[in-house]
Amino acid sequence: MVSTIKSFKSGPMVRENRLPSVSRTLKLILFGLLLAPGLCWSELKFNLPRGVTPISADLYDLHMTIIAICSLIGLIVYGVLAYILINHRLAKGAVPATFSNNLRVENWWTLIPFLILLAMAVPATKVLIEMDDFDDAEVTIKITGMQWKWQYQYLDQGVEFFSKLATPPGQIYGTQTKDPWYLLEVDKPLIVPINKKVRFLVTSNDVIHSWWVPELGVKRDAIPGFIHEAWARIDTPGTYRGQCAELCGVDHGFMPIVVKAVSEMEFNVWIESQGKSLRVTQPAWTLKSVLPKGKQSYDRNCAACHQSDGTGNPPLYPALQSSSVAVGDPIERHIDLVLHGIEGSAMQSFADQLSDQELAAIITYERNAWGNDTGDLITPEQVQQRR
Amino acid sequence: MTTHSNNIGFVKRWIFTTNHKDIGTLYLFLSLTMFLVGGTLALLIRAELFQPGLSFVDPNFFNTLTTMHGIVMVFGAAMPAAVGLANWQIPLMIGAPDMALPRLNNMSFWLLVFALILASSTLFMEGGGPNFGWTLYAPLSTTYGPPSTDFLIFSVHMLGISSILGAINIIATIFNMRAPDMTWMKLPMFVWTWLVTAFLLIGIMPVLAATVTMMLADRNFGTSFFDAAGGGDPILYQHIFWFFGHPEVYVLILPAFGVISQIIPTFSRKPLFGYGRMVAATLAIAIMSYFVWAHHMFTSGMPLAGELFFMYTTMLIAVPTGIKIFNWLATMYRGALSFETPMLFAIAFIALFTMGGFTGVMLAIAPTDFQYHDSYFVVGHFHYVLVPGVIFALTAGVYYWLPKWCGKQYNETLGRWHFWLSFVSLNLTFFPMHFLGLAGMPRRIPDYALQFADFNAVATIGAFIFGFSQLIFVFNVLRTIRQGPTVTSQVWSGAQGLEWTLSSPPPYHSFKTPPTA
Repeated sequence: MVSTIKSFKSGPMVRENRLPSVSRTLKLILFGLLLAPGLCWSELKFNLPRGVTPISADLYDLHMTIIAICSLIGLIVYGVLAYILINHRLAKGAVPATFSNNLRVENWWTLIPFLILLAMAVPATKVLIEMDDFDDAEVTIKITGMQWKWQYQYLDQGVEFFSKLATPPGQIYGTQTKDPWYLLEVDKPLIVPINKKVRFLVTSNDVIHSWWVPELGVKRDAIPGFIHEAWARIDTPGTYRGQCAELCGVDHGFMPIVVKAVSEMEFNVWIESQGKSLRVTQPAWTLKSVLPKGKQSYDRNCAACHQSDGTGNPPLYPALQSSSVAVGDPIERHIDLVLHGIEGSAMQSFADQLSDQELAAIITYERNAWGNDTGDLITPEQVQQRR
Repeated sequence: MTTHSNNIGFVKRWIFTTNHKDIGTLYLFLSLTMFLVGGTLALLIRAELFQPGLSFVDPNFFNTLTTMHGIVMVFGAAMPAAVGLANWQIPLMIGAPDMALPRLNNMSFWLLVFALILASSTLFMEGGGPNFGWTLYAPLSTTYGPPSTDFLIFSVHMLGISSILGAINIIATIFNMRAPDMTWMKLPMFVWTWLVTAFLLIGIMPVLAATVTMMLADRNFGTSFFDAAGGGDPILYQHIFWFFGHPEVYVLILPAFGVISQIIPTFSRKPLFGYGRMVAATLAIAIMSYFVWAHHMFTSGMPLAGELFFMYTTMLIAVPTGIKIFNWLATMYRGALSFETPMLFAIAFIALFTMGGFTGVMLAIAPTDFQYHDSYFVVGHFHYVLVPGVIFALTAGVYYWLPKWCGKQYNETLGRWHFWLSFVSLNLTFFPMHFLGLAGMPRRIPDYALQFADFNAVATIGAFIFGFSQLIFVFNVLRTIRQGPTVTSQVWSGAQGLEWTLSSPPPYHSFKTPPTA
């Protein structure tokens, strides 16, 4: 049953001639809302920073070039759209054309975008190749992402430390006023020299993080179990801030990066002041991890005389199994014997042949194998002390 | 309502239906509900981000919010809406009485419902809901994911099966049940785009299933697919996920393209320009979508050759996409335009999807992507292609076809309020995000530096206006179903196609004999 409301004709339903009753004032208000951001102009940042490295500058230039090209295309597309919306309206009395093909035009607007993309691809390729050059680094820093902080290790200088968010929780939870670098400040920034190629070796201890400092033009994902390179040559001293750029758990938003670029001299002075805190990362020194190594070294160095099963060949080569040296006190006696040997006997000094670690492993093995089971764990430091 | 459907009772009709129209309605209601759920999650996110500082939610729950917002919107709102439109429209447009496999159709729907219930329930599980982003990156999701992760994985399995079965149904229908003289090159564009989408789904959903199964195995069966300590590789996860993930976004947009291709000619009173090239462009986009996935991984340490390859292929996709935009403009050019609500949404789609296309080209440029990746620039980009892109197109489709489905006209004034409020507020919400990203704000953070405060405040205001404006749409749709001026079968004077030859609403079983196209 067709309703008898006048605005519906008995033919096809048309709503061609009347504009709706949304008041013009309200439309203006809505458009005004679009302009609202302009009111808070002064502190707004709209664009990528040009940054302080050759790469960041190239990225900025490439970025602006692409924007310029897209804006030009946009101007044309939106211009055509506006022209159509204004002029080709039923309400204006337009009579629709009937064409639905124009092979020539279609070919042009397939070819021209392709050529524009080709033109974009050339500088993009150049910058990508430029970024892919990790040779001749002058400073190498290993960056390890962890939940939720960064660890920096200067591999050649032997300096290492952790870098954590310095903003106090009070500021985060609103009980204190936030300072200007809220969430972008750390307790120990990364110090790097200017005008030197700094290579970053980025990895992670747990989940995927990402080390991003926009002004350096560097972002590299930190993948657990893998190391990926990045580099930067900073040309201006200053402080540059970034954040973790891969969701890594609860405090993903709370592990910022602060890089302080200083003169070479300042950098060297700073390195000196750090003290050599870098330990070569070793697996944990436990009985479980040491005994297999100890056995291996024992078999290689000691079993010739003391036998693999510790029974030796008395009287010349004493048994170590149940030997008072191997199961008794003081432990220093055992260490001394191995380190310095026994003058005038077949037991040689091993001090110059084996490292502290290897000696400690062997002695640990001797004190625990073949039923000796003292449970003693000898450390390299203990051996070092008896030298 | 025909007497047939009135006689069988509410439960039997809606739970056991094998009718494509009813199943289409079910999908659309499901999608609307999930859209409001996903929207609520978004408003919670934007409420927290209104000002610097942690105000309402703890960081872990914030991560859960962003994860579930993505999952609900992609799998609960966008995809089911497109399937709903497909179910309603494909048989009507090709002159078929129903889908090829009606019972499978029913199963696909209810499987989806159970999957979404399971996914939503993870929010309430011990240990909290999934909190590692909708992209589920390992090892955050494997080694460090909460217990609810396993249930999310089961939900994803079911979502995938539902999509695969639905895709099979669509392909079988389009191949086998077209009216006798509906040749391939007479197929409406909406049918073409869904045909191609269905093939994409069959290609990628098994890959997603494999991805999450490997996650399940790493979490529960001692495997190390994504764990370097056991010989695996977290990057492997990203490759396999994005091999699904990139074509997935084309699954989202192609049906939207199809809807626009139906609407623009109607309200321009002019045939679609360049039909042949539109079909070719759709195929080109779908095929090329398989070759671009690692543009989501430019910063993950790819060798130079890989970066170059994926940069070039990604840039290339702009060509067929641009062709579509130009063809729509050429359709409107020298037409006689009227601006009913569907046309308003379609025109906004053309303008703003193009905006998303420009930022997409920017992101494709691999070197500069090092600055954009995982920043709010990306969030701005994909919300432009998803909101004024996918959502606007699907909304336009609902306004366009609702009178046909219900036999009643929706309220045009409410439609225009819905449109203008949505249009202005979404730009308020998402345009500043580009600036935030360029200024250095990362994604997925619950709190941010003071330098990002102003644009975040604007975005939150826009988001709330946008969210509440959708209630106008809900009201309009529900009211139209119950009451409204009657419409004719033609509904829109410029509309062409088999669906407009049927009554409004169409018979419960239509095209019992094949029509002539």
